[in-house]
Order: sequence, then C-alpha cells, then structure tokens
Amino acid sequence: MAYPIDAHHAPVDPSVPLEYSTEDGSLKILGFWIFLAADIVLFSCLFATYIVLHNNTYGGPTAQQLFDVPGFVAETLLLLTSSFTCGLAIFEMHRNRLQPMIGWWIVTILLGMGFVAMEISEFAKYVGEGANITRSAFLSAFFILVGTHGTHVTIGIFWMIALLIQFIRYGITAVTARKAFVASLYWHFLDAVWIFIFTVVYLSGKVS
Amino acid sequence: MLPHYFNHLFVTGIDIYIADVLIILTSLGIVSVLTYFKKWKWLWREWLTTVDHKKIGIMYILAAFAMFFRGGMDGLMMRTQLAVPNNHFLSAQHYDEVFTTHGTIMILFMAMPMLIGLINVAMPLQIGARDVAFPYLNAISFWTFFFGAMLFNLSFVIGGSPDAGWTSYVPLAGPHFNPGPGENYYLFGLNLAGLGTLASGINFLVTVIRMRAPGMTLMRMPMFVWSTLITSILIIFAFPVLTVALSLLTFDRLFGSHIFSMTHGGMPMMWVNLFWIWGHPEVYIVILPAFGILSEIIGTFSGKKLFGYPAMVGSQITIAFLSFVVWVHHFFTMGAGAAVNSFFGVSTMLIAIPTGVKVFNWLFTMYKGKIRFNTPMLWALAFIPTFVVGGMTGVMLAIAPADYQYHNSYFLIAHFHYMLIGGTVFGVFAGLYYWWPKMFGMKLNERLGRWHFWTFMISFNLTFLPMYLVGLMGMTRRMYTYPPGLGWSHLNMLETIGAFGQGISMTFMLINIVWSFKYAERDVTGDAWDGRALEWSTTSPAPEYNFAHVPVVYSRDAFWDMKYSKNKEKYQVKEKPYRPIHMPNNSGRPFLMGFAFFISFFGFVFEWYLVGGIGLAAVFYLMFQRSFEYNTDHYISVEEIEHTEAVTGRS
Amino acid sequence: MTTHSDVHATQDTAIAPGQPINHEKFPWKHIVGYVLSLVLTFAALGLVLSSALPLTAVIVSIVILAVLQLLVQLFLFMHLTERHGSATHILTLSFAFFVAITVVAGSAWIMTFRSSVA
Repeated sequence: MAYPIDAHHAPVDPSVPLEYSTEDGSLKILGFWIFLAADIVLFSCLFATYIVLHNNTYGGPTAQQLFDVPGFVAETLLLLTSSFTCGLAIFEMHRNRLQPMIGWWIVTILLGMGFVAMEISEFAKYVGEGANITRSAFLSAFFILVGTHGTHVTIGIFWMIALLIQFIRYGITAVTARKAFVASLYWHFLDAVWIFIFTVVYLSGKVS
Repeated sequence: MLPHYFNHLFVTGIDIYIADVLIILTSLGIVSVLTYFKKWKWLWREWLTTVDHKKIGIMYILAAFAMFFRGGMDGLMMRTQLAVPNNHFLSAQHYDEVFTTHGTIMILFMAMPMLIGLINVAMPLQIGARDVAFPYLNAISFWTFFFGAMLFNLSFVIGGSPDAGWTSYVPLAGPHFNPGPGENYYLFGLNLAGLGTLASGINFLVTVIRMRAPGMTLMRMPMFVWSTLITSILIIFAFPVLTVALSLLTFDRLFGSHIFSMTHGGMPMMWVNLFWIWGHPEVYIVILPAFGILSEIIGTFSGKKLFGYPAMVGSQITIAFLSFVVWVHHFFTMGAGAAVNSFFGVSTMLIAIPTGVKVFNWLFTMYKGKIRFNTPMLWALAFIPTFVVGGMTGVMLAIAPADYQYHNSYFLIAHFHYMLIGGTVFGVFAGLYYWWPKMFGMKLNERLGRWHFWTFMISFNLTFLPMYLVGLMGMTRRMYTYPPGLGWSHLNMLETIGAFGQGISMTFMLINIVWSFKYAERDVTGDAWDGRALEWSTTSPAPEYNFAHVPVVYSRDAFWDMKYSKNKEKYQVKEKPYRPIHMPNNSGRPFLMGFAFFISFFGFVFEWYLVGGIGLAAVFYLMFQRSFEYNTDHYISVEEIEHTEAVTGRS
Repeated sequence: MTTHSDVHATQDTAIAPGQPINHEKFPWKHIVGYVLSLVLTFAALGLVLSSALPLTAVIVSIVILAVLQLLVQLFLFMHLTERHGSATHILTLSFAFFVAITVVAGSAWIMTFRSSVA
C-alpha cells in the first residue's frame, strides 16, 4: 500500500506540487509535520524550565545585564532573512527553475552559518565574562534552551548542504523536491522557535 | 586523566560474578548454536536487516520477554529480601539498585516494547496495509530500543546499576549524591530507547491515518487500531518531555549545570514536574493498547459486535486529552498549594468516567453473547475485575488530602501493580495467546494456557492484595527491611509466596511455547479464532506482502462481514491477475546505527567524550549515507506472488 | 495508491487554496511575509526599548506579537494549508500547541509554590 506501483515515477499532475506527487513523498511530509509537532513540545519544556528558573541568578549576572540589544537583533534578522530566502528557494523549485533555487538555497545556508557564528561568539563572550553554564540556574537554563536551538540550526545546515549536493546531482525530481520541502519546513520552524526565544528570553530579559 | 570511578569499572560481588558467568555462557551458547547450524547469514538476512513489520514485531516481543525475565528476577530478589523481618539477603545499596532496575525495565523495556511489538504484528494487517508507513524507520526504532535496553542492562556488570528509583528523583540522582556511572546508564539508556519510541509513534500515526484499505473509514477501524492511533498521539507528545528531562539531568551530571541542583538557584522539583508530565501519559501509553487488545478479544470470543463503538472511541480521545492535565497527582505531597492540588485532583477523577464507559462497553459486549472460554478470553475476563480494583484505589489516591496518607506507601505499590499487571500484562498475555497463530502459524496449547492463567491469576492476587493492607498499616515503599512485631510479617510472607507463584506460572507459558512449536497442530485456515478483523483474512503467518489483493472494506468487523453477511458476494475478489507489489528493501543500516548509538552513549556514560563523539559521528555518517541512497525498494514479481499464494493454498 | 483509491478514508486529495502554485510569477506571499516579520520584530523591540507601558502589558504585547509572527511563518512560509489528503498535520499541530501551552503554563503555575513556601 505504501509503495504504489508508481511510487517514484508518478506522472506529474499540474495541480499537485511535485513534493506531494508520490504517495511516498506525501507520507514523508506528513510524518515530518508530526515530528515538528513533537519538537514543539520539546521546546515547550525548555521554555517552561527557563521561565521557572529565569530569576534564579544566584548573585550572578541577570538577563538585563547580560544581553546586548544589537547582538540579538542582528541574530534575529539573519535568521528571519534566511527563512525568507529558504521560502524563495521553494518558490523557485515550484516554478521548476533549478539555478535560482540552488542560489537561494546557498544564500540560506550562508545566512544560517552567519547566525551560528554570531551565537557562538555571543556564548564565548558570556563565558569569557564568567557567565558560564555552571554559574547559576538562570544561565544553565539559558544556555540549554538557546543552545538546543543552535544545535538544531547547525544540524539543519549540514542537512541542507547534503541536499544541495543532491540538487546539483539529480536536479528537481519528485524525490529531491520532497527533501527540499521537508528541510524548508524544518528551517521555517526553527525561525518560529527563535521568535519565541527572542521574545521570551531576550526581550523579556531586557524589560524585567 | 581517567574518570574517578574508572577503578571500579567492573562490578564485584558474588551474584554479579554468577551473572557474569551466565552472560558469558549464554552468549557462547548462542554463538556456537548459530555457528554449528550455519545460521549467521540467516540471522543477518532474515532478522537483523529486516524492515518487515511482522518480523520487527516478533523481535520486539522476544526482546521484551528477555527483559521480562530480568525484571522478574529483580522482583523475586526484592520479595526474597522482604519475606521475613530483619532480613539481610540483600544489602541496602543492592536493594536500591534492584528496585530501580525492576521498575525501569518493566515499564520501559518490557511493557512498552511488548505492546509496540503487538501493534507491529497486528495493526498493519488489521487495516489491510502491506507495511507501516516508514518501514526503514521502523527498523531504526527497534534497534535504538534494543541497544538502549542493552546499555541499561550493561550497568549490572560494568560500572554499577542506577539506584535512585525508576523515577530517578533529584537531588538523590544528582551528581552530588550519586557520582557513579549508574545514573548515567539510566539517562542514556532511556534517552536512546525514547528516540526509537518517538519514531514508532510517528510511524504508527501516519500508518493509521494514511494507509488504511479502501473503504475503511476511521469509524470502521478495529478498536485495536483506534487504541494504536491514540497511543501514538500520546507517544508523540509525551516522549519529547522525557527527552528534555533526561537531557537536563545529563547536563547537570556531566557539565555541572544547575537546573535541578540544590544550590545556585536550581529547582529539584522541576525534575519531578517534567518527569510526570511525561510519566502520566506514559501510563496511558502502556494501558490503551491493552484496552484495544481486550476489545478485539471480547468481541471475537463473544461472537458479537463491540458494544458502544462510538463511545469507546470517544472515551479514548477523552483519555488522551485528560492524560496531559493530571500529572501533579503523582506529587500532591510536594505542597504546591490548595488550588493546584484541587485542580489536578478533580482532573484525575474525571478520567474514571471514560474508563468506566469502556468497562461497561466490554460487559455489554458479552451480554447475551455466545462466549467461548479460550485462553485469550480468560485473560480478558480476568482483566476487568482486576482493573476495576486498581482503578477504584486509583480514585482514592486522587483525593489530594487523603493522598498524604497513601503517598509512597505499599498501598500505592499495590494500586499500580493492579493497573500494570492486571491491566497491561494481562492484556499482553491475552494478545500473545490471541495473535500467536497469526505470528507463528499455530495456537498455543489450551490446557497449558489454562494452567498458566490460573496459577498466574491466583499468585498475582496473593502478591498484591496484601500490599494494600500493609500499605494502610504504614509500610512505605522502597524500605529495604523492617523489624518484627509491626503486624506486617505474615502478609509480607504471603506476598513473597505469591511472587514466586508468578515466577513458576511463567514457566507454564514457556513450556507451552516450546510444546506448541513442536507438537501443536498448524493452522492452515489463517482464521484461528473465527475472527472479525482483517488480520484473519490472510494466511498465518501472513506472507511478506500481507495481502495479494488489497481488501476492500464495506463495514466495521470487515472479515466477519466477508464471511457471514447476506451481501458477501460484493467481497468476492474478481479473479483479476496479480500486480507486482512494491516493497522496501532490507537494510543493515538501522542495526549499525543502533550499535553506533550504543558505542557513543556507552562512552558518554563514562564521560569518555572521544568515544562518545566517534559514535555520534558514525550515527551522522550513516544518516548522511541514507540521504544519498535512492535505490530503496523493489518489486515482488507476479510469479513470486502466484507461487506464494499457491503454496498456502490461496490461489 | 491508498489515497487515490481510498475514497472513504480520506475525503479529499485536493490541494488547498493558494494554487496554482506552479504559475505564480512573483513571490508576493513570501515578500509580504518577510515584511510582516520585520515589522512585528521591530514593533516588539520598540515596545521593550521605549518601555512606556507597565511591565505586564509589555510582556503580554510582545508575546502576542510573537504569536502573530508564528502565524506568518506557518501560513505564508510553511504552506500550512497545502496538503495531500486529510488535514492530520493541522490537527496534530493544534494538539502540540495545546500540550505546549499546558506544559509552560502548568509548570509556571505549579512552581509558584516556592513563594508560598519560602
């Protein structure tokens, strides 16, 4: 059942996006949406932990003292823009234009790398100031929440590079289109999580 | 720079040496049997690399049986220690380790895999599918569970077992009071198995939603499929919470963070909170599939349609929602305040309503039915009163002020064993006897089955009924010995006799399995019990592709309808020629991935970050390799299908 | 094969509104989404930096802005309404939000016991 005769050779129905055109592809996209739903719950636990612990600074630096507005705004803009360019890559994929798709894909990867680099330097700066993971419960929760997001982004970058090679090698097919679409879902999702980190961690840290 | 506990890497003690010897002898035995019969290639090609849901299901059940044995031995050791007052059969430390591994293994490495195994075996057949949605992922699920369980069990002989209880509460489980690798084994073993479970949840959900046979609407699905659907949803939303809780504690233990510390502003209670946000849905994850099995069996052996099908569905959906808003009832005594405790006390009691609905539905299904008392039905019948006793005492525990008396007493122990044995284990036994012919092509012996049933049923009650009483008399959980003269001694002795009775009872099942493989009559009909759902419409065991023609469904209890309805002509499959069937390829990668995870996490347990890193790199390499694999499936030719169907007399 | 032949199990195999996907010439949706994200981000930032409002009001407002931006991501970038077969992913996502809110709000509520104990 899962593997219809025409799993990978389906005729292209113009009303159906390529990534959904095979049964296999459509199942995998649904499966990935469900994985994202699980990931939402995963992040919600980390947010809950941060919210419970965010005032427990144990005499160490507070969020107010630590966070640097231009720094986290720049990180936010990098990730927001990469989410936009990732969307453009999928848009071009739907128009069956390989070159622009690859172009936007590369831009997305570069922006993602920029984000990770900024985050690493942000963390290094805090650690240099003595504000490391062992300093207080607030900092433990901060590093684990933001670090988990950063790890997700890093894994996403490696994933997107692996897919980039496949786009160059195989072009836009039902299989590569599905892979690109799933990776783009992941990428937009990480941007959405970041918006909440931006709000709950950084902005709220600046008001309180 | 060796870690401080490197010196006592290998656990010492006479029982451990015996275990070491047994492990080595068993391993040697397996290796020599495989070599002697030249079965290595067979093992690799037919089992270790398989992506067939039926074989994966059988492997889950086998592994779960091994874990049942291990957990059962732990239970017997505990009962031996508690048989008489002032006993010193085990030391306090050893006793702590034994109750920790007993609980963890029974819940996570016995009950869950046993049920996931039965889901794998039966669910795709019941919906008329040829496999699950993601067969390759299914194999990954199994191997991560398997190696997670192996990692956890390894603690017994290398490094020392965890000893902070299956709930692993901080600060006891924190780095300060528990510096050894035992707790790390717990954290990494569970996290690895948890990954596989999450993947299973996603896999089953997509399978049920998208791969049902033509005509099988949601409201025509067998009840076991409904319970699989709801269980999958619970897994998907509960297991990430466990992952986070375990990872946070891992950070505290390995990297000195202060999430759950007593100092630096940490909150030990946050562990309790997160653990039970997962822990409560987990209880339903292990009970709902058992409910599903029961519904199948009671319908089949009463010869009737399941009574109140829509109410059954509704009650399961209600349970799914409620199970996420009751978790505080596991720690009323934390003192979170009257408002919090009242809210969670009331939400807990609400769960009794949908559960009660199910019990009445089973009773009404049997009402005026022609009941056949085969072994599966015996377990199902015993389930109902046992579960009601457990459930009623659960409602008592839900009353927050009264819970201050019951909390962590043997009353609680009795309650959850009535749920988990009387519910889950009885359900699992019922399911095993019921689907045994579908898995292996022959029924288990009825006479031995009845011996197994009655001895187990009596011993179970002998063990756990007195626990309610000693609990009310003040005996607390996890106490390793007690003085005489408290009025508990005789009851404790009874409990121990009961526990050994259960152990002996299990040998009837083992004998039954061996006897049946050798002598039992083979089932050639495929329909061993005059069943109602589609799994009985194919051969026993089902062929690799399950159904040569995908069945078309017009009603609930589709196979019953095919056999007995007035308009059964519409089911007569037109003798259309077979078409080639598209199936996924076998792959050794899931096994290797599980093994790489095992190596990596073993490294992390001992804080050998190089080993941990290399293992993780191997995992990522294997994932990368899979991403570049485009040739992932094959066709079964028409000739092969014709041949298979002819051999089983179905052409 | 399932969904094509399975008329009862999954009611529609249609692609939801937003098509024809292949014929759009200019990525309007994405540009609108991007501009909206930027506006929402800077609005939240402005609220915090100017801090004319009381603390609770600021927190509530920026959380609302974050939720709006989440909706932008879901509908304009992630093609949430696009599907093949049933709307399972939307139901699953809704349940995820239910659980996430329960976990966050529930934990915060339960953990307030610190203040009453201390």
